[in-house]
Amino acid sequence: MSDPTPTNPGITDAERDELRRHGILLTGLEELYNWGRSHSVWPLNFGLACCAIEMIAASMAKFDIARFGSEVFRPSPRQADLLIVSGTVTKKMAPQVVRLWNQMPEPKYCIAMGACAISGGPFKQGYNVLKGIDRFIPVDIYIPGCPPRPEALLHGLVQLQEKIRNQAIAGPDAPRHLQAEGNCDCPIPECGAHDIEPAQNDALWPKPPELVRPTKT
Amino acid sequence: METLTQLRDRIAALFPAANVVLVTNPSPSAQHALRLDATHARAIATFLRDDPALQLDQCTNVTGIDWPEKEVVDVARTTVADPAGGAPRVVEEKTRRIEPGRLEVVYHLYSIALGHGPVVLRLVTGNRTDAVTLPSLTPVWRSAEFQEREVYDLFGIVFEGHPDLRRILMWDGFKDHPMRRDYREPDDYEWEPTPHGDVLAKAKLHYPAPAPTPAAPSAP
Repeated sequence: MSDPTPTNPGITDAERDELRRHGILLTGLEELYNWGRSHSVWPLNFGLACCAIEMIAASMAKFDIARFGSEVFRPSPRQADLLIVSGTVTKKMAPQVVRLWNQMPEPKYCIAMGACAISGGPFKQGYNVLKGIDRFIPVDIYIPGCPPRPEALLHGLVQLQEKIRNQAIAGPDAPRHLQAEGNCDCPIPECGAHDIEPAQNDALWPKPPELVRPTKT
Repeated sequence: METLTQLRDRIAALFPAANVVLVTNPSPSAQHALRLDATHARAIATFLRDDPALQLDQCTNVTGIDWPEKEVVDVARTTVADPAGGAPRVVEEKTRRIEPGRLEVVYHLYSIALGHGPVVLRLVTGNRTDAVTLPSLTPVWRSAEFQEREVYDLFGIVFEGHPDLRRILMWDGFKDHPMRRDYREPDDYEWEPTPHGDVLAKAKLHYPAPAPTPAAPSAP
């Protein structure tokens, strides 16, 4: 199968690096755009529990998240690109977290930091803790740990930058904000009489698989 | 500080109508308690705070206990002499009774001024459903305010005279009391690779129904 329009009509990466060494910078719009985006990810100034302490440590001089262009913790969701869910999300807090996510403009990303934000962590079997924020909002990066060290958060941020750099700016693989019908307003759950309602966003969080061991009853 | 027995006797002399019971704690901690009746609880609490020999001016801890209804077997042993002149027999007589369910609040009191404590107070409700009102001791010890709210939130004990009795951990529209023994949390099941214990019991509710056993072929 020969494609009439070759995907790489120009030069190879090795040739481009060779040119770069000689002071000639070749780039494309997509690369430039994503390079700019990936190095100015502004997180929301928002902490929930002990993971927030590690997030604060990551922003201070010793770990210095500013090295990656993310030192501008915005106090308003309207100016933030990144929601770091740093800590336990109680069911009482979950509607507010989803509301903050909805208030952030696209393009926006979400990092679930720590065991609690991923799955409920040590409080998973409790009555008042959400079993993972990915039941309600789309999560890009999961950082395990209890809490993760600041290095782990920085690694997660670097992974997110890698993800941003590899996003296409057109076509079906384009991020949500470049899709015509891209919409990521998540329905805000309500605190009901016994649980939050609904208990999950069905569009994001598929039903758990049925157990495959029918013989074990 | 005087012993708890002496304290109980002094309270009984001062409040003749009050029913003060010394509840012993058989565990190694041996933190015996005074069980007060609801009517006189606040007057006795004020006395404990203001008495110059006690000066229990700090309430460090308020918590709740849920006692569901349970069946208790009392064993009464009687020695019966053998009419034939042998060794006497021990006859066990078992009686079953239903211990009614109730809720309990526990207060731990210390004295900063005199450096003694703790004195443990207990208050018991009538039952677990409708007679769950107890007097609030927040007017006596301000530090009990948030903890009484927590007991109200998690156990459902209503404190009469509390200045601001609202839920403190769960949201206002929540109807249950999660620390009660009969509380069942919502079934937000999630697949787990190796469930065990309570998680396995919950997971079993989501196991597919067993296939119906094929009927035995009838004889031709």
